[in-house]
Amino acid sequence: MSNDARAASRIDFEKVEASPPFHDLKKRHRAFVWPLTGAFLVWYFAYVLLASYAPDFMATPVWGNINIGLLLGLGQFVTTFAITTWYVSFANRRLDPLAAEIRADLEAQEGVAR
Amino acid sequence: MNNTDIGSPILNISIFAAFVLVTLVVVLRASRNNKTAADYYAAGRSFTGPQNGTAIAGDYLSAASFLGICGAIAINGYDGFLYSIGFLVAWLVALLLVAELMRNTGKFTMADVLSFRLRQRPVRLAAATTTLAVCFFYLLAQMAGAGGLVSLLLGIDDTVGQSIVVAVVGALMILYVLVGGMKGTTWVQIIKAVLLIAGAFVMTVWVLALHGFNLSELLGAAASVAGEDVLNPGRQYGVSDISRIDFVSLALALVLGTAGLPHVLMRFYTVPTAREARRSVVWAIWLIGAFYLFTLVLGYGAGALIGADTITSAPGGVNSAAPLLAFELGGPLLLGFISAVAFATILAVVAGLTITAAASFSHDVYASVIKKGNPGPGGEVKVARITVVVIGLLAIVGGIGVQGQNIAFLVALAFAVAASANLPTIIYSLFWRRFTTQGALWSMWGGLAAAIILIAFSGVVSGSETSMIPGVDFSWFPLNNPGIISIPLGFLLGWLGTVLSSRKEDPAIAAEMEVRSLTGHGAEKATSH
Repeated sequence: MSNDARAASRIDFEKVEASPPFHDLKKRHRAFVWPLTGAFLVWYFAYVLLASYAPDFMATPVWGNINIGLLLGLGQFVTTFAITTWYVSFANRRLDPLAAEIRADLEAQEGVAR
Repeated sequence: MNNTDIGSPILNISIFAAFVLVTLVVVLRASRNNKTAADYYAAGRSFTGPQNGTAIAGDYLSAASFLGICGAIAINGYDGFLYSIGFLVAWLVALLLVAELMRNTGKFTMADVLSFRLRQRPVRLAAATTTLAVCFFYLLAQMAGAGGLVSLLLGIDDTVGQSIVVAVVGALMILYVLVGGMKGTTWVQIIKAVLLIAGAFVMTVWVLALHGFNLSELLGAAASVAGEDVLNPGRQYGVSDISRIDFVSLALALVLGTAGLPHVLMRFYTVPTAREARRSVVWAIWLIGAFYLFTLVLGYGAGALIGADTITSAPGGVNSAAPLLAFELGGPLLLGFISAVAFATILAVVAGLTITAAASFSHDVYASVIKKGNPGPGGEVKVARITVVVIGLLAIVGGIGVQGQNIAFLVALAFAVAASANLPTIIYSLFWRRFTTQGALWSMWGGLAAAIILIAFSGVVSGSETSMIPGVDFSWFPLNNPGIISIPLGFLLGWLGTVLSSRKEDPAIAAEMEVRSLTGHGAEKATSH
């Protein structure tokens, strides 16, 4: 029984997977997303733990009624927006062209195989 | 304060009726091309990234997050804000790790991806079960919220009247999903998201204008009404060591749950390419982030202008903060608008959950498990439509049954199940080549069981005055959020099941999945009409 989301194909995917361009694509993708995921999770949980266990520090006023807690909270918004923008620009520049190249190559192979 | 003296129920109903009328016309127009399963489940994959991103925001910003977070900030100050941050940061998991790879390897449902290179029937069955569980908990929470809204906004206090309104909302939802499929549902969500975000934006500017566009002044005004500690963390969660751990547990479920919510994942299939899926998430992040910043101002604004005591004693309790603020600012007309948007929110979120559950049942359970992949022409969509009616009726009965029950924990439970049962298998499937069927099954069943059992034996179900079943006590789990145990357990079981597998999976299919997920080769294309 096969997955109907998987169309039959005659391409040798193990060969494609081992090919240098694909290896490069996979490396670029993982070397970008995993460290970044680790970083934002650490930053998020540092913030959550500070809010839970260091409320006095978070309550330190900075300017008027605005305290460190609010600034760090707004900082979470800023980093979320920044990581989003960074990833999109990275994917557009470094991932999409290479993926399109490999995809075109695979489609050409499929054409020959038929 | 008596609920009949805030706003006019007739005005509220009229504005909501206008919303229903407009969306119904849109749904009918959109439904003309609902022929194939790809049309019905995935809107022919014809939405653009910005459209889908707006619909995701419409799906995600439920009544719980709009009314609930505004109210939580108004009453508990900073701790309510803390809650909204988890909901936003979670989108980075979806953006970086899940959205594009899912779009490239799946067709309609989460189970498509999870079963891609594993054994079909057991994995699909497990994935469909966790999907239905998450949808069910989420759906029940939304329907229960509808009852509370009714008493606040329409001035209907008796059980019969509230039940009738719940039934009407449910019937409308069935109509939308039955006729409009994913395309109709998506348009309802887009329209609702635009109205909700625009309404919140206007109120935010209004509140800021009243405080000289000075955030510090607004915070000062809120603190002078409710006390200095609304500006600091800890008012709600800092009570004891247990409540602090409970909050960390909740934070874990929020940040890891979003990328495992089946109704969010299914939205990635309504766009033509992975690139559009990425744009969807980017739009969703900006819209949702902006919205949560608005709720910060609205929550403190409600605290400053109305006061926590008035809010908690109003019908609808904490949830009434945003509607009361709307009335304070713009009188009956703005209240009517915000009320109508709140109802539209419930309608849109419930519709999104229903189509996800129906797709999962008919595509994964009926077509793949029962009919072994040969459902016959049109059979799958027919079963999906029947499932929509069944789920809609269950939602109505359940929604009436849980009126007045304290089931706010159900949304948090849905996130905990999504993070414990779905996310580990999604991540392992996409990133770990050695992952096996046994690992997937242990992780999904184990994560699901752990989350539900821990909740069942926690204080939210029994053992205290505010429990779902007051008067009896069979609780032994000290936290209200199971995530801190069940999420690591889900990941651990996935790893353990895999390393203990005697059966290895086919390396050729694993290679195919990896190549396809990253390059988009062979991904489902948009249907053209």
